[in-house]
Amino acid sequence: MSDLGSAPIPAVSGEDHVRGPGGGRTLIVYADFECPFCAVLDMRLRALPADRVVFRHFPVRSSHPRAWPAACAAEAAALQGRFWEMHDALFADPARLEDPHLWERGRRLGLELERFDRDRRCDGVRDRVKRDFRAGVRGGVVTTPTIFELGDDGSVAKLSREEFGPA
Amino acid sequence: MIAAGSAVPEFTLKRGDDSDFTAADLEGKTTVLVFYPFAFSPVCTDQLNLYEDVLDDFSAQGATLYGVSCDATWSQTAFAAKLGVSIEQLSDFEPKGEVCRTFGVYHPGGFPQRALVIVGPDKVVRWSYQADSPGDLPGANLIFDALAA
Repeated sequence: MSDLGSAPIPAVSGEDHVRGPGGGRTLIVYADFECPFCAVLDMRLRALPADRVVFRHFPVRSSHPRAWPAACAAEAAALQGRFWEMHDALFADPARLEDPHLWERGRRLGLELERFDRDRRCDGVRDRVKRDFRAGVRGGVVTTPTIFELGDDGSVAKLSREEFGPA
Repeated sequence: MIAAGSAVPEFTLKRGDDSDFTAADLEGKTTVLVFYPFAFSPVCTDQLNLYEDVLDDFSAQGATLYGVSCDATWSQTAFAAKLGVSIEQLSDFEPKGEVCRTFGVYHPGGFPQRALVIVGPDKVVRWSYQADSPGDLPGANLIFDALAA
């Protein structure tokens, strides 16, 4: 049996990747690193420093074949405490996501490369990405980027992509 | 559109090899017919990509998905190949839209509404859904909800 029936978007937890000071909005972003619209959105979000951003993976394999390896690379970097640095490096050049490009990013970020390469292929990292993806499917995410705003009462409201500027 | 509880009407769609796909092909299995407006259009691309990514879960639920549009089989085959999608495509090209009309999902603009129809092994419609507009993409979660109901 599948567990992909509807469920609310999960609350923000300690396992999420969170950036920003708080005080403004908390935005939960489902995105993939091969998606050009996600890269543009990320640029716009970084121009809104008051907002707290929660990044969740939503790599759609069939449309973006390198999105999964890129997501796993970000999670492998996270195991060395460098998720956001890898996140930014991936979105800075979404057309270059082949393995040598991922290694080059790891090198530039000063990651322990052998460990990075081992980690990005391990089950734990894949499961971490898959967990975000499946939670997104259950919450009705259908494409990237999809943005939710977390309310003070814990409710989650879907925002229009257009609120962040033209695609 | 065709409602839950209705028996599936007789129909004939074309498979990629130009053979017929008829109501008889629905017998004995749970089927999800995914009516989509146009091959190669952006939302249809997202829709088939998303459903393809959770195809194993549909199989685990005992469901087989088919994409249905008014595109010619050549276009559908090229579309599926471009996306790398294995969901079988069925064509309602000639007479254009006849099956879509039979299921009540033919848009006045000359293309299928974005609609989902789940048919049980007994060829009775278990669930049907039409998006508010062809630009709305129904989440895969809705299909899983309906399959589990």
